[in-house]
Amino acid sequence: MNRLATLICLAAFISVPLWLTDPYLLNALITTGIFIIGAMSLNLLLGFTGQLSLGHIAFFGIGAYVSALTSLGFDVPIFGDFHIVHVPWPPIAGFVLAIVIAGFCGYLVGRLSFRVRGAYFVIVTISFAEVVRLVALNWVELTQGPLALTNIPSISIGLPGLGYLVLKTKLQNYYLVLAVAALSYLLISRLVHSHYGRAMRGLMENETLAVAVGIDVTKTLTLAAVISAGIAGAAGSLYAHYIRIIDPDVFAFISTVTMVIMVVSGGKGSLAGPVIGGVIFGLLPVFLRPIMPPEAQWITYGGVLIAILFVLPRGIVPTLAPLLGLSRKQGDTAAKAAPLAVEERA
Amino acid sequence: MAEPILSVDHVGMQFGGLTALSDLNFNVGEGEILSLIGPNGAGKTTAFNLMTGFLTPTKGAVKFRGVALRGLKSHEIADLGLIRTFQRTSVFPRDTVFDNVLIGLHRQGKLGLVESILRLPRARASERAQRERAAELVRWIGLEHRANDLAGSLSYGEQRLVGVALALAAQPKMLLLDEPVSGMNASETHTFVQLIRTIRDRGVTILLVEHDMPMVMEVSDRIVVLNYGRIIAEGTPEVIRNDPAVIEAYLGQSGKKAAAHA
Repeated sequence: MNRLATLICLAAFISVPLWLTDPYLLNALITTGIFIIGAMSLNLLLGFTGQLSLGHIAFFGIGAYVSALTSLGFDVPIFGDFHIVHVPWPPIAGFVLAIVIAGFCGYLVGRLSFRVRGAYFVIVTISFAEVVRLVALNWVELTQGPLALTNIPSISIGLPGLGYLVLKTKLQNYYLVLAVAALSYLLISRLVHSHYGRAMRGLMENETLAVAVGIDVTKTLTLAAVISAGIAGAAGSLYAHYIRIIDPDVFAFISTVTMVIMVVSGGKGSLAGPVIGGVIFGLLPVFLRPIMPPEAQWITYGGVLIAILFVLPRGIVPTLAPLLGLSRKQGDTAAKAAPLAVEERA
Repeated sequence: MAEPILSVDHVGMQFGGLTALSDLNFNVGEGEILSLIGPNGAGKTTAFNLMTGFLTPTKGAVKFRGVALRGLKSHEIADLGLIRTFQRTSVFPRDTVFDNVLIGLHRQGKLGLVESILRLPRARASERAQRERAAELVRWIGLEHRANDLAGSLSYGEQRLVGVALALAAQPKMLLLDEPVSGMNASETHTFVQLIRTIRDRGVTILLVEHDMPMVMEVSDRIVVLNYGRIIAEGTPEVIRNDPAVIEAYLGQSGKKAAAHA
């Protein structure tokens, strides 16, 4: 999408709370927004490097737990009388740590699996998510297991001496999520338009050729995995501090599937794809709930997904953007190459 | 002969019990155009893969500008300035020609991640320089009218040109071309020969694997002929043209008689 369309979308999202005051819908928008951030991070891997992470929720969940535990503090016996004690830190520190630790996990998974890639990466990520879920479920001293971590503080922002603002209301959280989403979008956009992004595209399209012109496969893919995992961790942290209670269910496989649906329906490999797909499939259940019984809701959900992929197999954005004249890449290249070509003929 | 830029020292390659190359031993001089020819299955592509790290030889050593290539990854070999093109898949099909060349420029744009994402002045300057360089290469290869078309939509011959532009973008000291003119018509081939000469005149050594004999005879300084995984002849096009072992390998015994009659 071109810059103008992106800014119009951003303005529309900013204006939403001005005309939508229903707290139930605002809540749905916030959780959808958090999942859209997750979907954007998944798209960086799936859409721009072609690697499918089916355990992507692991990075999200790790972010949620790291952030929650950092701001709640813990006292964990390791062996005998030896305890690891952590006193609560401000939630914003938890947010930063969530990004760092989720990113580090992305690095480990990437290093482990990118030597082989493809199906192996899918399997490693699924297993990783399951292992992390079992740890969260069984390491009761640290995570409370199925009893859940409760009373997680809301995120507060501010500077020492200037006072703090605790983001407790839905309105505040909406803008917090929107800000993080916009930053993630910008980060991914800049990354994929840089020469790192070109290396990723090259690897996805023709790996042997990419390697032959000097692109380092493992390094490039690991970089994408680290950034993707870090963004997912940020989303997890937002989730923990907004919902304020988390249990091992945050690692549910269905959440990964939801993100994949958002990415694939919106259009993988397009920046706006996960946003559009996310808005549709994040809010669809909310609109279906009052008008039909639960069984019919899921059937309709599946029906809409099938219909979209049947009519627009490449996803909504890649198919519709060129029709609306919003395709950025072509014009971008043409504008910069054309003057040189003209010079040549002159 | 000038100082060798690439030396292939008694290299052998076995796949299980099959000997693809038994004993390959030759040098390529700096600034030379050397062709590697031989009938199908003679081991040409295997030799290529050995020289670019896609395969590791079971014996012998390949050295590029004095550096032994054993154990190096393909992208590290590319970093040394030894760049190859491919027989069939020579482009990134879903990118424009211009972007193909930009991807090829990867080695020129090594910037820090933070710099690239924040678009600091140095990153902007580097990006601009790369775009200018890419436009220049696209023009040089004669495809500026196709710059914004997807590479996958180009004709076979044009894709080969994109492949060469890509490889040149990586700033090779030596270029390995794998059957670059197969699928090209006579006039395209002729243009391509000119192009290879120009590339050499810019100081790039060229090693060519090719089936098109008239083209090989026209462009090469020296030719190495392979058959059944060994070198059966080596020399200038003149020498190779009249070498009985080469004629036999290509045409069989009857060919040898025909050549004798001619």
